[in-house]
Amino acid sequence: MTLPSPGRVAFAALVGAAFTLILAPVVMVMVISIFRQEIVSFPPEGLTLDWYVNAWERQEFARGFITSLQVALLATLVGVPFGTAAAFALVRAKPRGGGALNTLLLGPLAVPGVVAGTALYMFYLRAEFWLDRDITSTLEGLVAAHVLLTIPWTVRLVTASLQGMDQAAEEAAANLGARPFTVFRRVTLPAMRPGIIAACLFSFIQSFENLELSLLLVGPGRTTLPVAMLNYLEFRVDPTLAAVATVQILLVAVLMLVTDRFVSIARTV
Amino acid sequence: MGSLVLDALGKRYGASTAVERVDLDVGQGEMVALLGPSGCGKTTTLRMVAGFVPPSAGRVLIGGKDVTRTPPHARDTGMVFQSYALFPHMTVAENVAFGLEMRRVSRAERETRVREALRLVRLDALEDRLPRQLSGGQQQRVALARALVVNPAVFLLDEPLSNLDAKLRGEVRMEIRALQQRLGLTTLIVTHDQEEALTMADRLVVMERGRVRQVGTAEDLYERPADPFVAGFVGRCNLIEGRLEAQGQFRASSGALLPCAASPAPPGSCILALRPENVSITAGTDGAGRLKMITYLGPQTEYHLDLAGTPLLAIRQTPSADDPLRRLSPGDAVTISWDASAARLLPAAQPETGV
Ligand SMILES: Nc1ncnc2c1ncn2[C@@H]1O[C@H](COP(=O)(O)OP(=O)(O)OP(=O)(O)O)[C@@H](O)[C@H]1O
Ligand SMILES: [Mg+2]
Repeated sequence: MTLPSPGRVAFAALVGAAFTLILAPVVMVMVISIFRQEIVSFPPEGLTLDWYVNAWERQEFARGFITSLQVALLATLVGVPFGTAAAFALVRAKPRGGGALNTLLLGPLAVPGVVAGTALYMFYLRAEFWLDRDITSTLEGLVAAHVLLTIPWTVRLVTASLQGMDQAAEEAAANLGARPFTVFRRVTLPAMRPGIIAACLFSFIQSFENLELSLLLVGPGRTTLPVAMLNYLEFRVDPTLAAVATVQILLVAVLMLVTDRFVSIARTV
Repeated sequence: MGSLVLDALGKRYGASTAVERVDLDVGQGEMVALLGPSGCGKTTTLRMVAGFVPPSAGRVLIGGKDVTRTPPHARDTGMVFQSYALFPHMTVAENVAFGLEMRRVSRAERETRVREALRLVRLDALEDRLPRQLSGGQQQRVALARALVVNPAVFLLDEPLSNLDAKLRGEVRMEIRALQQRLGLTTLIVTHDQEEALTMADRLVVMERGRVRQVGTAEDLYERPADPFVAGFVGRCNLIEGRLEAQGQFRASSGALLPCAASPAPPGSCILALRPENVSITAGTDGAGRLKMITYLGPQTEYHLDLAGTPLLAIRQTPSADDPLRRLSPGDAVTISWDASAARLLPAAQPETGV
């Protein structure tokens, strides 16, 4: 038997440490959510599912969950087609100043969420004044803000999938008698598909989990789940939040697993 | 089915010219190879025939019909791409069926024809595989089957063998040629490999810098090259600069007086073309010849010679072990000779061509 080289051992240790670092908080949250005592301490005084019941009974979480779901779905539905069209135009038409345009489209990823949220809030107030209608604390206002999250992700992912495709395949299809739209539908779109699916997934998650951007844009009765959690934290610190977070984590995990069945996320991102 | 005519076809990109002017008739069932160095405009010419590149001058006629302004999908050409360009998300059978689907062939007939096409390229066992699960040679044959199954009026191949290893290349070369002849396909193939062109095509077109230099059979090009470029590009050739001094007497620029074919070449500066296999050497001296280097290649041996200041290459069958030639070594004096009719005079041209 040969011993693994020191390099390999060090590498394995590093990978292990990284995984632990990433997963420990997640596991911790899940564990805490079933501790009986209100103030977190070790060892647990007992295990219970009461916090889940409490979370369910408190209206703000259930409503926040619905709102977040709505916002995330709508922001994805709006942002992914826009982002896909933009990516297609950027890669294929190669417009003058395409590089700058690409940077601009990815820009929202670089601006801190709180800054963007504040700017949007001020902009919305001004727009409300001019248009004489509510924008802050409406669903539309939230969705419009979250589209700022979904477009950059879509542009990034779809651009990558387009750049990876062999354009000769499109010529081959035309050569075999396919009209331009048929070429797009039968050859180009399938090549973009993994990118688009991944874009849907990441857009949804980004929006669903977003706190900073939404913070100033929510209103009474229309609060997203992360904001509802923050509000709760102002009054109480108990494992109810851990229970809510666990549900959130599980939802995202399920989404990832389902998506991964259709496209290999690791390969497209 | 039909013939292909390129009529004064040209393509320029801004100020640069990719194809200057190509005139060519490809007869029904004929296979013509476009041959030339990198960047001479072969691919551009082929893509103008397929319709991917709009010509800036001239016309393309398929089966007598002008298709210069016809979009690619309506041209009825079958193209095999250098990268094969298979549809990565479709199985082998789906790839091959695509063209039939576009032509609205019924499902039942589609299946029969796909199976037939795959049998033709000996891939019938792999029809449910995806392209990425195939070897390069297999992918190449799928690309062939996909282009052939629609029975195109013109079959176009752009360096279809360049991604294959040498052995496979030889095999596939024969396969393509056999298929082309069996199906009577009007074919235009692009290659920069002269051996490929010589073995596959009925006629060859030698191109250089966007222009056709010569069109002819392999024999025409090899034995009767029109200019030094063709002589140097098709096979190997000694090209000696100088001028015709008298009928049958060529004065090389090094000063040596060489025998040449009695031909009506203009007196004045021209080039003597002499195939290395036509140069014979014998041991012993006449004072002018000297051996500089010997390269043994098994059945053949190359002799790098110097004839009164003119470098010369001779390729001879390797002499038997008891032949005095076998004992020659670099530096030895030799007698160099050739049949005067084998030394052709060509008009002088640019100096970049050579052995
Ligand atoms: N889209 C284009 N824009 C500008 N110049 C081009 C374009 N396509 C080709 N060219 C130029 O036209 C010339 C001919 O190109 P082409 O691809 O036809 O050469 P080729 O004979 O196929 O060469 P190779 O054997 O290397 O494939 C080249 O000098 C090339 O740089
Ligand atoms: Mg080429």
